[in-house]
Amino acid sequence: MNLIEKILAAHAGLKEVRPGQIVTASVDVALANELSGIAAIEEFRRVGATKVWNPEGIVVVPDHFTPAKDIRTAEICKKLREWVWEQEIPHYFEVGRGGIEHTVLPDEGLTLPGQLIIGGDSHTVTYGAVGAFACGVGSTDLAAAWITGEIWLKVPDSIRLVFEGRPGRHCFAKDLILFAVKNLSVEGARYKCVKYEGSAVKALHMTGRFTMCNMTAEMGGKCGYIEPDETTMEYLRSTPARDRKFAPLRDDPGTPFGETREFDVEGLEPQVSCPPSPDQVVPVSAVPKVRLDQVFIGSCTNGRIEDLRLAAEILRGRKVHPRTRLIVVPGSQRVYLQALKEGIIETFVVAGGAVSTPTCGACVGGHMGVIADGESCLSTTNRNFVGRMGHVNAKTFLANPAVAAASAVAGTIVHPDSVLTPSRVAVP
Amino acid sequence: MTLRGRVPKHGPQHQNLPVNFWCAMSLRGQVWKYGNNVDTDVIMPGRYCHITDAKELAKHVLEDLDAAFAGEVRSGDVVVGGNNFGCGSSREVAPMGLKTAGVSCVVANSFARIFFRNCINIGLPIVESPEFASKCAKGDEVEIDLEKGELRNLTNGAKAAIPPYPPEIRAIIDAGGLMNYIKRKIAKV
Repeated sequence: MNLIEKILAAHAGLKEVRPGQIVTASVDVALANELSGIAAIEEFRRVGATKVWNPEGIVVVPDHFTPAKDIRTAEICKKLREWVWEQEIPHYFEVGRGGIEHTVLPDEGLTLPGQLIIGGDSHTVTYGAVGAFACGVGSTDLAAAWITGEIWLKVPDSIRLVFEGRPGRHCFAKDLILFAVKNLSVEGARYKCVKYEGSAVKALHMTGRFTMCNMTAEMGGKCGYIEPDETTMEYLRSTPARDRKFAPLRDDPGTPFGETREFDVEGLEPQVSCPPSPDQVVPVSAVPKVRLDQVFIGSCTNGRIEDLRLAAEILRGRKVHPRTRLIVVPGSQRVYLQALKEGIIETFVVAGGAVSTPTCGACVGGHMGVIADGESCLSTTNRNFVGRMGHVNAKTFLANPAVAAASAVAGTIVHPDSVLTPSRVAVP
Repeated sequence: MTLRGRVPKHGPQHQNLPVNFWCAMSLRGQVWKYGNNVDTDVIMPGRYCHITDAKELAKHVLEDLDAAFAGEVRSGDVVVGGNNFGCGSSREVAPMGLKTAGVSCVVANSFARIFFRNCINIGLPIVESPEFASKCAKGDEVEIDLEKGELRNLTNGAKAAIPPYPPEIRAIIDAGGLMNYIKRKIAKV
């Protein structure tokens, strides 16, 4: 069995599971944000439930429309908060003490190797980076799990993506995953468990691994994972997970995969996804010239400290293009504080960028960076569907934080080298 | 026997589903046909995701893909998609919006997994049938007989069988959605 099958078997009380089999499995963590949470709470109450199965197993992070953008969202957050208090849920991250759920949970030691995690958000797949089974669900599934502590799951078929080689300059985890999304399409991993491996994946720090697993959702994958190694263990030791018990699992040697795809990423150029779909990916040098109205750096995909460092390195001593807005959103309060300490926030502000408190707002076209009719935005987020970040006629391009920062300076989508090399582009 | 009743406008809400909801009715209406990879962002744009009133959500359903849909959809109508229908966000307001707008069933070549689960869970009939989807055009009159397990296109005479659901999913469908299923399970304990 592979790691995911082992987790599903263990949580279903079975010795073995096979792809296609439907199991009822116990849940370790059931995560909600305020949007999935509010509907789940309604369902929870509607069936007359009074107590959750285990307050410790529930994590609640209001992050999509927070800090509340209007009265309506304030009311939602209020109801969420009151339910959290009523149910005495310890893992609740209030505005100012949390951030974007998928950045917060691993850093707080709440996602462990070998766990079964469900979340009312499609990017719950992020936690596969620590060797957990993690998948997105809707509000009703969440409510049912809060009551019973269980969920039915189909054991997914598997696909192995092998990335070999050393990517080129300014090419990072985001580019590897965009390259994969391009090759597999938005449905290439539909219902499947995606394993990421190869020398290029092995070389990634945890931030990059979270980025890759995060965008498993953009290929339709049920879950993604990277086998825990010393990088994983070192990361876990740096979080409160160090005080918790867990046993990292690995694939059985020679375990079969439904499909294997090999990607030669030696010298890979930074990749850009063009609207209106994440799989419309081209190398940055092939992107048609587009004037950028906005550049967005942040989200559950690229809002960690390593991401902000990449952007700051390029923006230090440079200015955002006069006709472009830059919005930077650290993924969590922890990340924000670290960025403050490192002077990164100052770099963004001096460059002419707006820095906001952590929120998913801009990525879902909610608030804090919504784009207008006909505008173009280059974003480090994960989706560029029609209307995703705002107006139905607005365009969103997806790229890594270095490309985003350089493009903010250039006012158009460029390779970071073109901003960093004085001989090619004059630095203002 | 085939019942030809239509789902009343803006109902039934999943709160009041009868037992064996899917099987208790035959669904009939006009086809709204869409292509591949219809994502939940266009089904229910993020800017409306904080709305908790289902009727208000229904006014915006499919707005970014087909602005005419919400105004013209009639109770009983069927949405037919291509591959990977409902991909992207896990937002349950997407199927909820379709259901509340009067959509009686979603048929497609294939579905994204969370959307599929959400439909089963809220009691919105969902059928994977590339065979039938390919024989449907916008405006066709179709009938979906859940009891007999048959899809019928009354405009062109095409027919297809509804593939059987695994027993675990069937049990949720028969209960009228996941929460009713859970409720019964709890009551038995």
